[in-house]
Amino acid sequence: MLDDIDNQNIELQLLLQAIYLKYGYDFRNYAKASVRRRVEHFMKKENLNSFAETQHKILYEVNFFDRLLLDLSVNVTEMFRDPNFYRSFRQNVVPFLKKQPFLKIWHAGCASGEEVYSMAILLKEEGLYNKSQIYATDMNQVILNQAKEGIYLINRLKLYTENYQKAGGKESFSDYYIAHYDHVVMNKSLKENILFSDHNLATDGVFGEMHVIFCRNVLIYFNRDLQNRALGLFNDSLINHGILCLGSKESIRFSEHSNIFVDVDKDEKIYAKEISL
Amino acid sequence: MQRKSPYKAIVIGSSAGGINALTKVLSVLPADFPLPIVIVQHLHPESGHHLPHILGTKSALKIKQADEKELIKKGWVYLAPPNYHLLIEEDFTFSLSLESPVNYSRPSIDVLFESAVYAYRQHLIGIILTGANHDGSLGLKKIKETGGFTIVQDPKTAEADAMPKAAIEATTIDKILPLQDIGLYLLQLVNRKYN
Repeated sequence: MLDDIDNQNIELQLLLQAIYLKYGYDFRNYAKASVRRRVEHFMKKENLNSFAETQHKILYEVNFFDRLLLDLSVNVTEMFRDPNFYRSFRQNVVPFLKKQPFLKIWHAGCASGEEVYSMAILLKEEGLYNKSQIYATDMNQVILNQAKEGIYLINRLKLYTENYQKAGGKESFSDYYIAHYDHVVMNKSLKENILFSDHNLATDGVFGEMHVIFCRNVLIYFNRDLQNRALGLFNDSLINHGILCLGSKESIRFSEHSNIFVDVDKDEKIYAKEISL
Repeated sequence: MQRKSPYKAIVIGSSAGGINALTKVLSVLPADFPLPIVIVQHLHPESGHHLPHILGTKSALKIKQADEKELIKKGWVYLAPPNYHLLIEEDFTFSLSLESPVNYSRPSIDVLFESAVYAYRQHLIGIILTGANHDGSLGLKKIKETGGFTIVQDPKTAEADAMPKAAIEATTIDKILPLQDIGLYLLQLVNRKYN
């Protein structure tokens, strides 16, 4: 059994290496325990017995890899997730944004887009939407297409409406979507200033001159090295005084970029880039 | 030659009735208890933030919610944050994950236990306490198969007996103990000299 663990570790490492060499997706610096779980979960679904067997299919069947890719990224999200975060954003960040002539906003790792639309709604209600250009990126094209469509299951709407209200929403949440049978479609007007595109925090570069970057519940899946890489990208992509928003269990305080950021709201993980000249 | 205990960490899973059970186990252990303890207690997603405080008032050990990338140290008890899976990495740091619930639970005991096996291998003690579901059985089985030590609360002493019963069915248990004996037994287990 102990030998098994060592062998499995080698096979997992080889599998991630094979994915990188063949498809360019780099999971080698993801937090290993959770990546192993997700691969094992996928293997169970597909009736595969080993990482080695999985690797063989990955190399020879492109469709098979697409399925694994969907399972490798965690796409769990919701509208106005952590309502207190949005409340704090309204209070502590919106006044700064109102002073800017235009806004560039980056949602890194937007998954199926729920939080992008949440922020679009907030910007509309604060009179900021029309001067905003929003970039919503994810490494996974399939999930990015879902984000672009903005179609969500209606059974989630009760939670979303509650979140919206707790988040300090000013209108009625039902104004922002149209219901069709078992799903809802987000209003077209929310999408006008959103550009959805492909970007991988593990392998791609800087996204220039942003006023705000959201990257919530993405860094928890990275190891320390990859976290530092991503935070370095965010640092290089933000204007001075620009705002960085992380997930509620994520912190910049243990990274090598810690001293460049000051707390705007420590509990809600909202930071501002402050370079003293 | 005599050696110290081969164990380097303890993982505990508890569910319904778990707060009382955990209090009983932890209250017996002294501040210089030599192993870190990592706990998944099932809770409602929006509650549980006070759990470290609740358990801390009855224990000499330092108790906190596990932080992402935090290094695990002896003398500490770590609790999974509500609504996140807690995993242990091979470098003895924590990872968190928002993946779907496992056994209808997030945090899931199986997720913690299985990751702990990869990090601590045979140097791990796994404990299943009271609970009304089956979470933790597979994880405890993995601990046993890898050479770790398995303890289950005697179902007769559990507020909810489904979880300890499921664990006992799933694998060989080294010690089935009434709740009040578990803390003392742990003390013996880690202080005993091994030949």
